[in-house]
Amino acid sequence: MKKNKVLDFSYRYGAIFVIIAVIVFFSIVNPNFLTYDNIADILRYISIVTLVAIGVTFSLIVDGFDLSVGSTVSLTTVVTASLMVWYQMPLVLVIVIPLLLGFVIGLVNAFLIVKIRIPDLLATLSMLYIIAGAHKTYTQGFSIYNNMPMPDGTTAKGVLSEAFLWIGQGRVLGIPVPVIIMLIAVAVVHIFLNYTRGGRLLYITGGNQEAARLSGISIYRVRTIAYVLSGVFAALAGIIFTARVGSGQVDAGSPLLMEAVAAAFVGFSVLGAGKPNVIGTFLGAFLIGILLNGLTMLNLPYYAFDIVKGAVLIFALSMTYLHMYRRKS
Amino acid sequence: MAQTAVELRMQNINKSFAGVHALKRVDFAVRGGEIHALLGANGAGKSTLMKILSGAYRADGGTIQLDGRTLAIASPADAKEAGIHCVYQEVDTALVPSLTVCENILLDRKPGKGGARWIRWNSLYREAEAILRDIGYEIPVKEKVENLTLSEKQIVLIARAVSQQAKCVIFDEPTAPLSIEEAERLFEVMKRLKMGGVACIFISHRLPEIMAVCDRVTVMRDGRHVWTKRTEEIEIPHIVEAMLGKSFQEEYPKVAARIGETLLEVRGVCRGVKVRGVDFHVRSGEVVGIVGLVGAGKTELSRLLFGADVMEGGEIVLGGRSVQLREPRDAVRAGMVLVPEERRKEGILVEESVRSNLTLPILKKFTAGGFIRRREEKEHAQHMIRELGIKTPDEEEAVGYLSGGNQQKVVIGKWLATEADVFLFDEPTKGVDIGAKRDIFTLIGRLVQAGKGIVYLSCEISEIIGISDRVLVMCDGRIVKELTGSEVTSENILLYASGGESHEEK
Repeated sequence: MKKNKVLDFSYRYGAIFVIIAVIVFFSIVNPNFLTYDNIADILRYISIVTLVAIGVTFSLIVDGFDLSVGSTVSLTTVVTASLMVWYQMPLVLVIVIPLLLGFVIGLVNAFLIVKIRIPDLLATLSMLYIIAGAHKTYTQGFSIYNNMPMPDGTTAKGVLSEAFLWIGQGRVLGIPVPVIIMLIAVAVVHIFLNYTRGGRLLYITGGNQEAARLSGISIYRVRTIAYVLSGVFAALAGIIFTARVGSGQVDAGSPLLMEAVAAAFVGFSVLGAGKPNVIGTFLGAFLIGILLNGLTMLNLPYYAFDIVKGAVLIFALSMTYLHMYRRKS
Repeated sequence: MAQTAVELRMQNINKSFAGVHALKRVDFAVRGGEIHALLGANGAGKSTLMKILSGAYRADGGTIQLDGRTLAIASPADAKEAGIHCVYQEVDTALVPSLTVCENILLDRKPGKGGARWIRWNSLYREAEAILRDIGYEIPVKEKVENLTLSEKQIVLIARAVSQQAKCVIFDEPTAPLSIEEAERLFEVMKRLKMGGVACIFISHRLPEIMAVCDRVTVMRDGRHVWTKRTEEIEIPHIVEAMLGKSFQEEYPKVAARIGETLLEVRGVCRGVKVRGVDFHVRSGEVVGIVGLVGAGKTELSRLLFGADVMEGGEIVLGGRSVQLREPRDAVRAGMVLVPEERRKEGILVEESVRSNLTLPILKKFTAGGFIRRREEKEHAQHMIRELGIKTPDEEEAVGYLSGGNQQKVVIGKWLATEADVFLFDEPTKGVDIGAKRDIFTLIGRLVQAGKGIVYLSCEISEIIGISDRVLVMCDGRIVKELTGSEVTSENILLYASGGESHEEK
């Protein structure tokens, strides 16, 4: 009995406790950790992870999975940059075209999973490689930057415009723009998931597809919408990434997959929700952000970061599954 | 195969499940060299008795003796050790589909003595072939089991039992999914086993085949042994009478309703072997009972009517319009809803609240600009809880925590507000207590008074008789008989449902 209470408590408040513990630890070992600039830095970093993780959260809610989000970020990053550097397109198109691309990727994923019925992990794993291959083919392996030399010897005419860079680097009232976008996204998605019919249907479909179908819900449409949202949020992350870095880096999104998945799973257990939810996902991304930031300050080499991310995911999964099986038995 | 005539004797077997006395001092004996039928209506206790014999359950009391020796059967392995084997209806759980026939037949066998490390495939193949020949069946032993037909899979299971010197084989409704020809071949195999001195226990709902192949018949009712008789001494009506018993008149509140125009017309609906061309109609204010034994195709029919599975042929006319059902959603829109048999899996979302289950199909009514109007949703849920007498602490309780009867009320409740015209009920009283059962019948009474059409599918004969205006008897995927008025008796229903007199119809 007593053990159960401890487990329940740790499940409910575990993630929050860990976040506080990590913050306390880093602020003690490094006085610069808890400064405004550093916190803003962390938030700016996690803004992109959070957006990708929101996409993953959508796929998890309908009891699916989307592994292709990282590649989608990579693709939309280079496409966004190329639209300005190579084709000098107006800002509206620079933003709309990558979003459309994410939309189409989501549709393809949904088609493979919902219509052809390939298991979600396998379908999106294949898509991960196809999209990753497409983005390298598109750029021929080069990153895209202002006035870059072109293969034919000339120099690209375009640059990333100031207005565009503001999306990734600007500030409003001292708050970085990406952080504002992230907070708005979290709030909007939270409201959508909890207070609208659409959100309810996503959760219902994920809870029991057959029962949902036999209640007259078009589960095919609902699942398709989840994957499309996943693709669109990854594309949004890609656009902001480009604006923050100021160029279209090759493979920009590949580390993001792991971080986003870990964030979404940490979010499962936050406050005992027991299901994917966007506030939890945000806190998950925050945990990963402060860990990576703090460890950087401790001069941990960046190539060891994957160990940390993997460990966070294992921790989150352990909490989720221990709790789940205990409840079942 | 066994050499001496075996005798298996179960005595004074008692078994209770959570207060329900499933078996009451049951005696049952079967001898080597006979095919012994074990009969009883649903819930009579025959499966429980066989599960005790095969080691799936443990008896609370009583003894099992084989040739005078008392057996301690605590697990399926113990039963097999003693030579008691079981051929289930769901053969796939006992076979490994990706292995060959030969491997499956010789699967359970202990490895050879002397620690032989090499598998001598040729001698194994020869052995498997010999066993199959013994029971009079030819299946290529190198074929993978997944490529076999269902009846061939059953044979593989039987062959496996034979390879282990089975003394007693339980056939638990093996013929339900088989065609007539396949069943005939199975009977040949059973007769060969019998010749070899094996005691065969045969459970089936099809009385004519029981009369044709069995030597003795034992009937159970309400967890008790009724009688055991030689097949020559009895006729089918004797069996039916024994299965139903005398004290049968249960009271169900049946309300009168004005029967009006035809709401639903079903013409030649079919899919696979489970639903082979079904025609019927339902009128406003009418309850049409579709009764059949387990496996007759009722659930499959209800899923076709609701669009949960897609028909291979036939037509559904709802309210005078022919409708195409690709999805349950189409049926709901056309005004037909289903209360499915598998309540926890298909009817409700166990982790969701009573409120969100009750409002699921009509969520649009409580939505403005995409947003759910929480207060109205809550008021509707509270209204339905009062209306249906759902016992729950409040509307936020997860449905999974409610009792079976209250869960069922939630399933029905979610459809009430959809303004559907036709309600399909598939075994709605399964796992439901008496009180809730009565509530469900009352509710159906109110629906017909409101001019709805009801299709009530069940294998519970007493319920069908109590609630229906007309009874359609289903057997092997077809409606074999329509009974009205004084023809609606349990004897008639059981007779037609178990395939009796079907030759007269032709």
